[in-house]
Amino acid sequence: MIEFQNVTKQFPDGTFAVKDFSLVLPSHKVTVFVGSSGAGKTTLLRMINRMVNPTSGKVLIDGEDVAGLNPVALRRKIGYVLQATGLLPHRKIADNIASVPRLNGVPKSKAREEALILLDTVGLDRSLADRYPDQLSGGQQQRVGVARALASDPNILLMDEPFGAVDPIVRLELQDELNRLQGEISKTMVFVTHNIDEAFAIADQVVILRAGGEIAQVGSPAEILANPADDFVETFIGADKGKRTLHLQRREEDGVTLIVDAEGRPAGILGEDKG
Amino acid sequence: MQFFLDAFRWLLDPANYVAGGISPLPIQDRIGEHLWYTFVSVAIASMIALPLGLFIGHTGRGRQFVISFTGMMRALPTLGLLMALFLIIGATVPFTQAAFVASIIALVILAIPSILAGGYAGVESVDPQTVDAGRAMGMTEMQILLRIEIPLSLPLIISGIRAAVLQVIATAVIASYISLGGLGTVISSGIGLNDNERILGGAILVIALALVVDGFLALLQRLVTRRGSKEARPQNIDFRRRSFGSAAVAEEPVNERKRHVQSKK
Repeated sequence: MIEFQNVTKQFPDGTFAVKDFSLVLPSHKVTVFVGSSGAGKTTLLRMINRMVNPTSGKVLIDGEDVAGLNPVALRRKIGYVLQATGLLPHRKIADNIASVPRLNGVPKSKAREEALILLDTVGLDRSLADRYPDQLSGGQQQRVGVARALASDPNILLMDEPFGAVDPIVRLELQDELNRLQGEISKTMVFVTHNIDEAFAIADQVVILRAGGEIAQVGSPAEILANPADDFVETFIGADKGKRTLHLQRREEDGVTLIVDAEGRPAGILGEDKG
Repeated sequence: MQFFLDAFRWLLDPANYVAGGISPLPIQDRIGEHLWYTFVSVAIASMIALPLGLFIGHTGRGRQFVISFTGMMRALPTLGLLMALFLIIGATVPFTQAAFVASIIALVILAIPSILAGGYAGVESVDPQTVDAGRAMGMTEMQILLRIEIPLSLPLIISGIRAAVLQVIATAVIASYISLGGLGTVISSGIGLNDNERILGGAILVIALALVVDGFLALLQRLVTRRGSKEARPQNIDFRRRSFGSAAVAEEPVNERKRHVQSKK
């Protein structure tokens, strides 16, 4: 469990990245911070592994204040995936994945063996182990980034817009993969994105943020869709334009029931109820 | 042309390589000295400039100060510096030692700016995202430097050293002004004897030595430009006095045009 207690981050120029932020992130669940640029999402994420230190307030992991922990040791226990992958360009894929175990003193051959298993876990072919990062596609690099974050089997996984730089199709694929993976490994995951659809696709708990890290609404995707807290949330999730309110429309010519949005644009078809 | 042939004849004369010849002979001894001065001064300069350059590149601290300071160092005339140092040091230590120490200090000061620039430019050229990733996965600052920044900036670090070596080889000639060895003695004895072959021969030796050593370092640089360190590949950064480089570039189109005009005639 990760807990933010009245956390504030103020920059030297006086502006607040995050102001008096309090929230509990449940264990083994995916919490997604979503908001526009400058909403303090990444700042909040980076406070968990002390890449950013709060000006005031506390961040607790399982009840322990991270401010009292050695940042290097803390970071080695927390997986971190970055948007730009952050793979070390001069190291082979297997060595990249093995980075943290190697820092923790795991012998080279054992670390490599584990790296190969992790390639399987994230759905990559083992033949990529001896390639270099720039020989892989963007989607493959992101999978390697995830594998590297998982390498020391951390309880917490931080993901900072990990799928922001890949094309929409690969992005959907990676989201599915992540959901599958989370079903297997069930980590406490904190995910940052500015894409609300992505947030709904992977989150157990969605945190919609306004500028300055102010919480607009917290809830499951269903709760937020059902009861947007205010105009800001409605606008953010697209409910104000009717994007989220779908209607049924029967097509007379073939008897298919279409699902359309407020503008009458088809969003899908109505299938048979399962079971 | 005859002049050049004479110089090469002098260079190829086996008598000039026989041990025990009268100074500045034999030639290979002078080459050895020249390389020794170069090695010692570049090694000392590296010991000073590399840690400093890496520190500046890693922390970003003191960059402005060092840039202006090295700019000042570059403006120092090495020959004047050598004479001043020789007089100052000569007052306390014996003549031969003073000559060596003064020469080495002058050459170290000459070599420092290029090596320093290679160090911090190299580290600064490393993608900040990569460094951030290293820190986020729990590398200590020293591990970031040793495992990420230095390997990725090695090509630029070596190109800084390369520039320094070239400058030192070319400038070490002046050591003979204070009666030290090296290839400068070949040239100055040629001047003394009014022997043009010897002057040109000495100059050719300096040039050849510079080219050979530079070629060797270029090879080394290519070897360390590992796969994946693409962004750290030298981007034609000229660590020497930049004004010369840009002047040469600016001149080129003019020459080009002249040539075209001539070829039309």
